[in-house]
Amino acid sequence: MTDNSNAVEVRGLRKTYGAFAAVDGVTFDIRRGETFALLGPNGAGKSTTIEILEGYRDRTGGEVRVLGEDPQRAGIPWKARLGIVLQNTGESPNATVREQLSHFAGYYPRPRDVDEVIAAVGLEEKAGTRIRKLSGGQRRRVDVALGIIGRPELLFLDEPTTGFDPEARRQFWQLIRSLKDEGTTILLTTHYLDEAAQLGDRAGVIANGRLVALGRIDELGDAQSRVPIVRWREAGVLREERTTTPGTFVARLAAAGEPESVEIVRPSLEDIYLTLIAEHSAERAHEGAAA
Amino acid sequence: MTTMTTMTTTTTDTAGFGLARTLRLGVSRVGYEVRGYFRQGDSVFFTFLFPLLMLSIFSVAFGESEFGFDEAGAALTAAEFYLPGMLAAGVLLSGLQNMSIDIALEKGDGTLKRLAGTPLPVVSYFIGKIGQVLVTGLLQAALLLLVARFAFGVELPTEPERWLVFAWVFLLGVTTCAILGIALSAVPRTGKSATAVIIPIVLVLQFISGVYLAFSDLPEWLQNVASVFPLKWLAQGMRSVFLPEGFEVLERGETWDLPGVALVTLLWLVIGLIFCRLTFRWIRKDS
Repeated sequence: MTDNSNAVEVRGLRKTYGAFAAVDGVTFDIRRGETFALLGPNGAGKSTTIEILEGYRDRTGGEVRVLGEDPQRAGIPWKARLGIVLQNTGESPNATVREQLSHFAGYYPRPRDVDEVIAAVGLEEKAGTRIRKLSGGQRRRVDVALGIIGRPELLFLDEPTTGFDPEARRQFWQLIRSLKDEGTTILLTTHYLDEAAQLGDRAGVIANGRLVALGRIDELGDAQSRVPIVRWREAGVLREERTTTPGTFVARLAAAGEPESVEIVRPSLEDIYLTLIAEHSAERAHEGAAA
Repeated sequence: MTTMTTMTTTTTDTAGFGLARTLRLGVSRVGYEVRGYFRQGDSVFFTFLFPLLMLSIFSVAFGESEFGFDEAGAALTAAEFYLPGMLAAGVLLSGLQNMSIDIALEKGDGTLKRLAGTPLPVVSYFIGKIGQVLVTGLLQAALLLLVARFAFGVELPTEPERWLVFAWVFLLGVTTCAILGIALSAVPRTGKSATAVIIPIVLVLQFISGVYLAFSDLPEWLQNVASVFPLKWLAQGMRSVFLPEGFEVLERGETWDLPGVALVTLLWLVIGLIFCRLTFRWIRKDS
């Protein structure tokens, strides 16, 4: 499994703690230059998976290659090619934003320009402020800045926009798109499905340590779950109908008089995701009952 | 947000990741750490200024007390008596206390986890820590000497041999205490409990090692206990530099026993290094 067009290769990954399997046979690839979103509820095994790829945790079983190396054994030259934005860390350095970035830039062989990165995360006005005096959302931007300062080939983003206001989140998306345009491979976990839909090329959905769906964002879920929904109000009651021909359906409705509050909804990633998770939980409950 | 300049995705060669880089990053860490230290109000007070504060209090409070006479019959002042002990305490605080609490906190708040995800070598991190202790320890000692000389009129030695002894006792002491601090940072289970675990150890050591109380006044069994630990020997080394000739008769064996100072401290240095090697990890994997 050393396909050079893949930045990340994961085969049958397992991580157990005693009898509990946090990650249970997960397999996926991330191609170079691709943005891959790892989705799933809290405790599903997203962070465990990402931390194994980052080298923070040792796996129990399976095969993992990140930029061609085994994270469990890879050394400093390997780390120099990664950018890691962890889930919230609680530290609050006494350094200013610019000092912190300049210092970390020195760790990497070909760092980005410090001021360019500060501008990219929108912290120009806070460049001279000590990080501990920043708000939560601003500190998160510093985390992102530290993740990209080393010009990484592969960027890990573990719930990067937690604590961002909507405007900051849009700006962040813009930044990620520009990194993508430069060829950076990105692994993203997020609870915001719109974020995954905006940024991701492909996604994997993890539930209870297993990969329950994997594919292009617009192809996730089964065909049924992507069928558009028509909603309208009839005599004060909300009605809905799933149909592959919503236009015709609405025309027929309108023939009998203008329908109240009519809308055609294409299931969002969030709808599909929730269906997937619900199906999986039902299956598990069924398995549990059968056992 | 602006668009970034185009990046090239060539693979990084392994050249340029050698010793020179480790040292360069170590020096960069020293600057970063020292700056962080002086911006941290509580560490400046409890480790940097504390010995100075104690020296001032004791010198004023015991200004009328008797601390013995030199060979010419001149009385030893309180400041003269306490200066060596406070210098030794400074070495302990700047080294052991500051280092162990600092690293335990960095483990707890995610600083080490972040660094573990960067290409910073562990050795560079330690160079930064030990460098910080050396710089702050030296400034602290200089400040103590200046205040002792100019505020409390302590006559400082003029013989170069004495300053040579000061130099090696100080350097060996600071390095040993810093290494022991790194080893001790593994003891507190959380960053928050670090202060509660470390401060009592440091405080007890100071009381039994001749920093606050005259070592010669302690019962023999307590002297024996203290002799196991390095602080007693560091304080003794400092007394040999700053007390007038003839005061060695108050020491055990009536000698300054500088070889003993070197031997015990070195022994602790080795023990500390072994512990660091065995216990230090960027993060507890699988915690």
